Amino acid sequence: MTLLGLAVETTQEATLPDQPPVVVLENLGKHYGVDAAILENVNATVRQGEFVALLGASGCGKSTLLNIISGLDVPTTGAVEVPVDGAAFMFQDSSLFPWLSARENVELALKLRGVGRKARRARALELLELVNLAHAADKRPHELSGGMRQRVSLARSLAQDRPLLLMDEPFAALDAITRDLLHNELERVWRETQRTIIFVTHNVREAVRLAQRVLLLSSRPGTVVAQWEVSPEHRRDGAKAAELTEEITAKLREEIRRHA
Amino acid sequence: MPETSGSQSLGTALKGAEDSNRSLEAGLDSLQTRAAYRKRVDLTRVLLPIAALVVLVLGWQIYVSLGLRRRDLVPGPLDVLGAVGVLWQEGTAQEAIWTSLQRGVIGFTVSILVGTPVGLLLSQVSLLRRAFGPLVSGLQVLPSVAWVPAAIIWFGLSDATVYFVMFMGAIPSIINGLVAGVDQIPPHYRRMGQVLGASRWEMAVNVVLPAALPGYVGGLKQGWAFAWRSLMAAEIIAMGGTLGFGLGSLLEQGRQLSDMGFVISAILMILAIGIAVELLVFAPLEKRLLRGRGLLVGSTR
Repeated sequence: MTLLGLAVETTQEATLPDQPPVVVLENLGKHYGVDAAILENVNATVRQGEFVALLGASGCGKSTLLNIISGLDVPTTGAVEVPVDGAAFMFQDSSLFPWLSARENVELALKLRGVGRKARRARALELLELVNLAHAADKRPHELSGGMRQRVSLARSLAQDRPLLLMDEPFAALDAITRDLLHNELERVWRETQRTIIFVTHNVREAVRLAQRVLLLSSRPGTVVAQWEVSPEHRRDGAKAAELTEEITAKLREEIRRHA
Repeated sequence: MPETSGSQSLGTALKGAEDSNRSLEAGLDSLQTRAAYRKRVDLTRVLLPIAALVVLVLGWQIYVSLGLRRRDLVPGPLDVLGAVGVLWQEGTAQEAIWTSLQRGVIGFTVSILVGTPVGLLLSQVSLLRRAFGPLVSGLQVLPSVAWVPAAIIWFGLSDATVYFVMFMGAIPSIINGLVAGVDQIPPHYRRMGQVLGASRWEMAVNVVLPAALPGYVGGLKQGWAFAWRSLMAAEIIAMGGTLGFGLGSLLEQGRQLSDMGFVISAILMILAIGIAVELLVFAPLEKRLLRGRGLLVGSTR
């Protein structure tokens, strides 16, 4: 833990508040037809190189929000400022194409970005090496474990080479051992690639473990009700992290109880 | 990856953490993946169908030996074998098989070349799908034999008649198979394609077509069956003119001569070619496709 704590501290300087904002959401709202609003008055700013966790119970419109940020969907009201060329996306199910090997899946992302055939192959292997999967490059997705598939998926989203990476509960379906490991892995990849990451999760511990900032979304309609900074001290000090986790959990439960 | 910041000792400390992570991950990977699939020849795959065939032929022989029916109306396996031998020696069998097979392959290939782009177009453009979908499904229900009289009037007793009937049988099947295959694509594949920034064309080539491939191959298989059946129907009904002598023609000739051995051997040859194409072309193709996607586990294939 201490080692990883140190690691985070070194990146801290890369995320000073004077970094340019990558995503700005202002009074954003979304509803479909005459249905009740899914998102209402969402205000948030995510800066270059930041790791932000979006925390919320079911029905908080997290997926809709991610779709809006990635440009797949448009808000009904309010203003957004998002990267023009969209964002890289990673889903809960790896969504790897079963007819392609791990390497070919990564290569497809490069191909659709217009990378030439030779460069593609080398770059795909590099990215798989980054997630420690060079040995499984020629395996098809069904031959890989869930954790390995998510790592291929991570490599593929890195292949998209967008500064912003959106992750929609990417580790929710994994067992605890694998998830812990992938937390380390993701932290290392974030450090090495300096991506801006928005990470959606239901899991408070996961949010505190990974993010520099945790945003709590309420449900129906979804809006940001609270946010916490996770300082490097929280990483070093287990007791402090537990305290913060408890505080966030209490607030999350309070939000859920309002719907009783 | 080089460390971008931190002192020398911090760098080595990180390196150590990374290495231990790496070995942990490697251990987990090998624990969580199954041993590589071993390929072995399964004799039951060959022996069981042969046994089934032997049983059927024996039953046939026993039935014929009981003498319940006249031998010239219900010939036994040996009589049919004899008839096949005669046809083979004359060279009629080879000629008929060659002619029909050649027509089948040409007609089917053209059907694929026409059906595939049309199917892709229908599955991607909802306006066209709504307009022509019912018609294409309907054409699949219409027996292609129904086109034979019309084709004879339009094209006379020529190869064009035979090919036209085959196209009317095979093309709708191929189109429908492709459309059904596209309909069954899980939505997250398209979404992923969209996230990866695929244009409409790139989506069709890189996502939609490969994802729909199992359904498409199913459609091709059915298309071949329809093509082969239509060909036989056309050959039976349309004889003479500039038309060559195919298996259907052989069958019809047997009927005209009232030679049952002749008729049964023609039927069996038509069946044998159908089975051969299935075993040599479609079965291996389908199996490879399904295995490559991990869909064969637990199936009875």
